[in-house]
Amino acid sequence: MRSKYEIFKIGIKDVAPHLLSVFPFGIIFGAIGIELGFSPLFTYATSLIIFGGASQIVFLQLLSGGASSLIAITSVGVINSRHFLYGAVLSEYLQKLSLIKKLLISYFIVDQGFAVSNQYFKKNPTEEFNHYHLIGSGIILWFIWQVSTIMGIYLGSIVPEELGLKFAIPLTFIAIIVNELRKFDHVLVMLVSGLAATFFYNAPFKTYIIISPLIGLFAAMIINKLKK
Amino acid sequence: MTWTSIFIAGILTYFTRMSMVTLIRKEMISDNLRKILNYVPSVVFPSIIFPGVLLDDFGAFVTISDPKIFGAITALIIGFFTRNVILTIVSGLSSYWVVIFVF
Repeated sequence: MRSKYEIFKIGIKDVAPHLLSVFPFGIIFGAIGIELGFSPLFTYATSLIIFGGASQIVFLQLLSGGASSLIAITSVGVINSRHFLYGAVLSEYLQKLSLIKKLLISYFIVDQGFAVSNQYFKKNPTEEFNHYHLIGSGIILWFIWQVSTIMGIYLGSIVPEELGLKFAIPLTFIAIIVNELRKFDHVLVMLVSGLAATFFYNAPFKTYIIISPLIGLFAAMIINKLKK
Repeated sequence: MTWTSIFIAGILTYFTRMSMVTLIRKEMISDNLRKILNYVPSVVFPSIIFPGVLLDDFGAFVTISDPKIFGAITALIIGFFTRNVILTIVSGLSSYWVVIFVF
């Protein structure tokens, strides 16, 4: 049985490689906020209060483009609605915790942290303190996101745009899904949701980001029915 | 007004994170549902990857010779065989840069 601190450190270690993409993305985000004409404080506040990479960019872009607050807020909600799915998956492993701990840990649920901690939970379902993995991965992602946002705000575009570092985001997610590429049913489901996302990309309010996973889950359901 | 909107967007985002964690009990998840939830990473991440690679900033299809396509294929192959996150990201980025800066 591993101690809390050991599992916390494993969480940090497991998510660390993804910081390679999160860090430049944070700098890019900070720089974009200033370029769009927002104050440093306002730009940074989105990282602290919303804490959701892509949704923050969309939020500031919409506001600066003259969209109403309602549209900007709705888009953030839609983009971040994928957390409902993460929460549903994680709930099983966090069930034994007190409400207050659940509420605190929830703030740190983000894509990469969810992905690596979920893998750890699946391998170690009975560890008493396995939620410390999620705390470790979540806190380091949070910290790097805050620091890199501030760096982007004050150093501006030290990341040259020609480098196209935004591309690091799809890459970090590719690095997550490669684990499942050896399973035919998963590959099929990935193709369905990926193509659906490409097809629905221009749907209003970025709804593709939740429609496509749901289509994928529906495909998964059918595949599981057929397997029986 | 805009400050209010940050807070509302933040509360909304927090709600997406905490609601399922606090509301779902183990008894509510049947074996079938658990099987389906297993696919969550496989449905969410491709929904971000595919448009990120296949579409440009304006939502139009990129050409087949686009550096992003080359970078993504390299990352997929390296990732498939090594299962190493750093190698996957670095190989994807560097092959992407080779296409941009060398060719």
